[in-house]
Amino acid sequence: MIVTRALTKRYGSVLAVDAVDLNVRDGDRYGFLGPNGSGKTTTVRMLLGLVFATSGEIELLGERMPRNAAEVLPRIGAMVEGPAAYPHLSGRRNLSLLDASGPGGSRRTRRARIEEALEQVGLAGIDRRPVKAYSLGMRQRLGLAAALLRKPRLLVLDEPTNGLDPKGIHEIRDLLIELNKAGTTVFLSSHLLSEVEHLCTRVGIVDRGRLVLEEELDTVRGATGLVEVRSPDAADVASMLNGQLVSRDGENLLIRHGDPAALNTTLVAAGLRIASITEQRRTLEQVVLEVTGAGSDRVDAP
Amino acid sequence: MIAVELRKLVLRPRIWVNILLLCGLPLIVGIFLKTADFAPPPGQGGAFLSAVRGNGLLFPAAALALVLPVFLPLSVAVVAGDSIAGESVGGTLRYLLIRPVGRTRLLFAKIIALVAFVLLAIACVVVSSLVVGVILFGTGTSAAGGAAAGAATSLSGVSLTQGQLAARLLYSIGYIVVAMIGFGAIGLFLSTLTSSSLGAALGALSILITSAVLQTLDAATGVRPYLPTNYWLSWIDFFRDPIFWDSIDKGLLLQAGYVVVFFGAAWANLATKDITS
Repeated sequence: MIVTRALTKRYGSVLAVDAVDLNVRDGDRYGFLGPNGSGKTTTVRMLLGLVFATSGEIELLGERMPRNAAEVLPRIGAMVEGPAAYPHLSGRRNLSLLDASGPGGSRRTRRARIEEALEQVGLAGIDRRPVKAYSLGMRQRLGLAAALLRKPRLLVLDEPTNGLDPKGIHEIRDLLIELNKAGTTVFLSSHLLSEVEHLCTRVGIVDRGRLVLEEELDTVRGATGLVEVRSPDAADVASMLNGQLVSRDGENLLIRHGDPAALNTTLVAAGLRIASITEQRRTLEQVVLEVTGAGSDRVDAP
Repeated sequence: MIAVELRKLVLRPRIWVNILLLCGLPLIVGIFLKTADFAPPPGQGGAFLSAVRGNGLLFPAAALALVLPVFLPLSVAVVAGDSIAGESVGGTLRYLLIRPVGRTRLLFAKIIALVAFVLLAIACVVVSSLVVGVILFGTGTSAAGGAAAGAATSLSGVSLTQGQLAARLLYSIGYIVVAMIGFGAIGLFLSTLTSSSLGAALGALSILITSAVLQTLDAATGVRPYLPTNYWLSWIDFFRDPIFWDSIDKGLLLQAGYVVVFFGAAWANLATKDITS
């Protein structure tokens, strides 16, 4: 779906994107993560042919970009850095003008496609008021509708839930998962870890222009080899597992052990009461913090 | 894409306010002319104004002479300056390009829309001033006199029939459209350079003003034939009899040069530019 090879972008002396090799597979829900200023947006813009790469190759849907943009882009829906629309026109008219601007959107089906896209994003009942009267969340939904107009095979979305309330975020997430099940590959660029954690099956993490990690989300969030135990008899558990105890905080214990089920059996057999026991997994946040440095919006004194 | 751009043009309230203001100036001048009981002496005030009192059919020509030096270029600068920069600052440029609309195609559609605006604006000025002229001053008892067309036609005293007058008015409109497109090309080029519509429009206007200043400066005689505004008023020569073609031809050639150079520069810039807005 998306393959880049040594994709590089240099602005003067600044290396914004440095030899990035992305590989987004058909059917992925891919989360593209990174601190502010790490080159996420520049990469997305290069994928879509808005920014020209200094060097390296891009393949979208198996075709070279930006050379074959006219064939590739009609099959892609995208939202880059927030939605945009003509503020003095209504949402429907904006969608209609955008659809009429380029290839791949038949005029005959336009009205039906617009209604369907508006329905999908929850704007079906929108009236004729101009976009300037829309709330941030409504604009976001309209931008998403624009991306969905031609039933794209690939969705490239930059912060799609920005400005939405929790319920809206949930709706959009469900919509994206549903579209993905129907065969749409989703490429989501975000710095909201929870969004990626809830939605994506694979993640790519960039830091200072380099792709530092690209992995299945399940693998990323692998077990740490520790087990979290909460027990009213914490003191006894601690003394029993003296060598394996990592830390203790009141009733909560952290124990080095590979198998929570076996540990549970051991403790219960010893007559200790266990309130909860879970295998500790790494959170996406820990992984991201491990592999990335400070964002470029932080400026420390020398 | 061209149809879309034209629809965007007519759907914009701003465009119609702009045109309304353009039509307003001749109306105001007409009312003052009517209420004052003396004509401006020939050779003073705007071209044709003294002749208009005798024949309202000349008022469109007078109206064009009124709006051409400042008002019309101002409107053109605003529209041309907004064409790419406005899309850029609103963020719609990136959505057009990933729709995808080819950059060359987009620029071409913008040029067509700009030409359409110029035609529309001039048509509105001509029609509204024709109506105003006829209502305020009547159609004159005889056919309009060439000599009556103020100082501009002092060379010839031959009178023109209404048919001739209409034909020459059309020629003039054509010439002014070309002149405005030449100027619009500069605005459009600036519009691809910046993401501020205002900046592009002001840039084009400052070029207009510089050109107008240099035109009156004797020390700058050397560059005068190349100034964009130099032949703007040559359309008045259409109202001489016979038509005085020399500066009209030069004017058309000069504007063609501006069109080629600045549309070319706009294309070269937009086609290779990183869109980061």
